[in-house]
Amino acid sequence: MELLVASAIGILTAAGLYLVLRLRTFPVIMGVSLLTYAVNVFLFASGRLTVGAPPILTDATTYTDPLPQALVLTAIVISFGMTAVVVMISLGAFLGGNDDHVDDPKPEADAGDAS
Amino acid sequence: MSLFLIVALPFLGALLPGLMNSAGRAACAGVTFMVTLATFVGLLTNLPTVLAGELVTVGIDWMPLLGLNVTLMLDGLGFFFACLILGIGLLIITYARFYLAREDNMGEFFTYLLLFQGAMVGIVLSDNILLLLVFWELTSLSSFLLIGYWKHLPEGRQGARMALTVTGMGGLAMIGGMMILGQIVGSYDLSVILQNRDLIQADPLYLPALILILLGCFTKSAQFPFHFWLPHAMAAPTPVSAYLHSATMVKAGIFLMARMWPVLSGTPEWFVIVTGAGLITMVLGAVIALFKHDLKALLAFSTVSHLGLITMLLGTGTAFGAMAAMFHILNHATFKAALFMSAGIIDHETHTRDIRRLGGLRHLMPITFGIATLAALSMAGIPLLNGFLSKEMMLEEATHTVLFNSPMLVPVLATIGSLFSAAYCFRLIGHTFLGPQRDDYPAKPHDPPVGLWGPPALLATLVVVIGVAPFLAEPFVKLVTASVLGGVVDVPDAHFKIWHGLTTALYMSIIAVGGGLLMLAIFNPALRVWDAAPRPEAKRIFDAIIAASVSLARKFIAPLHDGSFSRYAAIMAVTVLAVGYHAWTTGTVAPATRILQPANFVQIAGWFMLVAATVGMVFLHRDRLLSLILIGIVGLMVSVGFVVFSAPDLAMTQLTVEVVTIILLLLALNFLPNKTPIESSVTRRTIDGVIAVAVGVAAAGLSYHYMLRDTIIPSISEYHLANSYKGGGGTNVVNVILVDFRGFDTFGEIIVLGIAALLIYALTETLLSGPVRARLLNRKPDQPRAGNMHPMMMVVMTRVIMPVVLMVAFYIFWRGHNEPGGGFIAGLVASIAIVMQYMASGFGWTSARVRYPYHGVIGAGVLIAGLTGIGSWFFGKPFLTSDYTYVRIPPFEKFELATAALFDLGVFLAVVGAVMLSLESFSRLARRAHVDDPDHPMDIDPSRDDETTKAEA
Repeated sequence: MELLVASAIGILTAAGLYLVLRLRTFPVIMGVSLLTYAVNVFLFASGRLTVGAPPILTDATTYTDPLPQALVLTAIVISFGMTAVVVMISLGAFLGGNDDHVDDPKPEADAGDAS
Repeated sequence: MSLFLIVALPFLGALLPGLMNSAGRAACAGVTFMVTLATFVGLLTNLPTVLAGELVTVGIDWMPLLGLNVTLMLDGLGFFFACLILGIGLLIITYARFYLAREDNMGEFFTYLLLFQGAMVGIVLSDNILLLLVFWELTSLSSFLLIGYWKHLPEGRQGARMALTVTGMGGLAMIGGMMILGQIVGSYDLSVILQNRDLIQADPLYLPALILILLGCFTKSAQFPFHFWLPHAMAAPTPVSAYLHSATMVKAGIFLMARMWPVLSGTPEWFVIVTGAGLITMVLGAVIALFKHDLKALLAFSTVSHLGLITMLLGTGTAFGAMAAMFHILNHATFKAALFMSAGIIDHETHTRDIRRLGGLRHLMPITFGIATLAALSMAGIPLLNGFLSKEMMLEEATHTVLFNSPMLVPVLATIGSLFSAAYCFRLIGHTFLGPQRDDYPAKPHDPPVGLWGPPALLATLVVVIGVAPFLAEPFVKLVTASVLGGVVDVPDAHFKIWHGLTTALYMSIIAVGGGLLMLAIFNPALRVWDAAPRPEAKRIFDAIIAASVSLARKFIAPLHDGSFSRYAAIMAVTVLAVGYHAWTTGTVAPATRILQPANFVQIAGWFMLVAATVGMVFLHRDRLLSLILIGIVGLMVSVGFVVFSAPDLAMTQLTVEVVTIILLLLALNFLPNKTPIESSVTRRTIDGVIAVAVGVAAAGLSYHYMLRDTIIPSISEYHLANSYKGGGGTNVVNVILVDFRGFDTFGEIIVLGIAALLIYALTETLLSGPVRARLLNRKPDQPRAGNMHPMMMVVMTRVIMPVVLMVAFYIFWRGHNEPGGGFIAGLVASIAIVMQYMASGFGWTSARVRYPYHGVIGAGVLIAGLTGIGSWFFGKPFLTSDYTYVRIPPFEKFELATAALFDLGVFLAVVGAVMLSLESFSRLARRAHVDDPDHPMDIDPSRDDETTKAEA
């Protein structure tokens, strides 16, 4: 099972990074989203994997680690906010410049005049 | 009045002018005047203590570990400067009220002025040198704003930048010097430092500290070779020039030299540097001033020259020199501020400050003529005016000063300086007021209203009073001198007198005045020589240095920072990989302590779906809608994973966030192209792929590795599990951590979320108010529109289901403390309930029914959470301490009431507000012109038919 989670993290990271390296805003945002999943699962897994022992206090003797869960919970919500801001910025750039490249256009020729 | 209040009042008062701006100019200036007056009166209440020679001190610890404490002290020196700052401030405020034009924003001006005033008062009252540095930098910043107040003038902006650069650099140097000083003494308190003269002067770091501190003083007080910024700062409005650049800010450097006088002066290094720089500045400034045609430039260089004079006097290191310096500061502040204000009046009334276009104004502006003449004659050193007295003392001191083993050097240079000083004063009077009346003034000159001439007239009166009766000023100046000397040497006995007998100083004075008159007589030939002579232009050198630094910085930045985001991302990924590899190969690997857990068929199936969707995204990402669907699958599978691995709260959060994220991305995709074209080469894609796979393998390896090992140090989670119920009163440990153990984190997080939403709102507003708006309004949709925009079934369905969904949110919220749920999840569920209405019934229908603005909801959430935290203060507990109790209202079950629930309510509201504000902002972009917001279900979109017919035609 650990193997499944670890490989899932790896595949999410690889796919996310590949998309982040694309040239247009939308794939980059998608890539960042995939990376977010990978990071959240990675952080979550730092509490080690436990099946069937949620951190709800009952008569049980073992519980899974609650701390990474609390941290990841807010991370999920914050990442929504972050995604929304990035999407808004890329949208603004596209609407303003009719271009959704993430890279600055290559300078044609430096005019040499700074001002 | 407490010293704290004296320093704080101008800062607090700085809020008022802006508020009073709409109440009119008189109210705006009036409130500024009252604030300054209150501060001034507060200062005067401390006068008896100061006169008794005692020290007023107050202090609280701010950052004791850094040695940074808010300690203030008031002695004679501080009192003197604070009096100058506030007293002249009052005159300047009155003057500015009448000087500023109707179109100038007066509230802005007085806000800056009060900020500056507070910073200056802070400098002169600080007992802690680190605190002093803070105020020091504040004066640089506020003076930047004041110099550049007329933003439309390029000279104003350039002058402001130059002043900030020079004084800012000096301030940086001074921080270094003060740090060294603090290290030597072991304390940053002036009262301690001033007691350690021998320790400091014996230290090998004395010289570096001295040079660094003097750099700060010299840049601020415009001493050679940093004198060039002051004339350029004269692009400021005249009240600013009169206030900052004659009476107060430029004297800050002088103040600091006087303040540090007991510990820094008296060494050969101090003597050579300070006296040398002062002498050069004095002569150079006076010579340049004579040949300036702009009245304010002439006065600016004359200020430079007089600051040099004071610096020179402080440099001699004798008690008499210090006393002369203090006396001259007082005299210079009176006559120079009066002169600046007169120059402002002339500029205001004739619309020019060019001396060559003036002349013969004495009958047209008799009052101004009287004031300016008195002040200028005082500056020239004519007896019965105060300038004569201190200049005489300066010349007296010069005759006793031996620099570079030459007894003649200082007296001769001092006489030359005085000669040119007298010359430019005579030129100022002669070429502006005397001579024939002209008929080509740019405007018809006449005397201004009393508001403009009153303040300089008051100062001119002081000039005469001190000049005729110097014994009136003597006790005060001696008191100030005593606090400068700090007990190192005794205050000199010499009395201030007009007639000292036939001394060398008197002869020097006579030579200076006579030479000055002669100089004026031969002014025109001298000017031709001056104009022909080559001389370095400071501004050009400064600009060249700045340009060189900029191009150097560009050379470094351009290759590294070429604006290609993909490149940065790749560099970062490779770097992280390399560093990680290094750590992995140089560290040791502990043996596995956990065993692999078996996976069942369902888990493998889930993994397979996740992987298939992820890999699918890589290959199909060019179809953007498809990739949205695929990422939905990924999110769903991640949620399922959370369920499997005992994280119900996470699963619920992930699931609900997934819904709103996809809606958000769909809204965005509405405007973006639907396809991503193929642009990068196969090589490039291969390289990216290799990097991505390498990082992915590393991430997988790392996670696999640590999942098979236990933590080296026991986790703190045990504490949370053990205390969740006992301390937090809840059985859902995750929720108790969020709202209780780590409530402060959560508080910060909802604020971040709120800020993100507000940012989105602000960006939308910006887009909609710019050129994009027209494009958006006239946009032709690239997809065929649905004929039935709001299908009846969906409308009815969502309206029926809304209370149910809200009930679910309510339920999830309340059970959150003990069962999976809580404010975050409930907030997301409630948002989905509202979003459904937007989707089914349309933007117009829904937003007409939203009673509270979403910003307000965010604010209310943060406020409730914050107030809950503050509430625990009233019980003497730290911020966000929670409490709980159990209540039972029949016929319901016994349930728990915890303050944490109130905090969670704040979280809930903030989440609802943030999510809704973001989504609403996006959909506002989608509204088009000529399409009314439909208000009823089953609206038919008329534009659709038009387009269909057109397409068919």
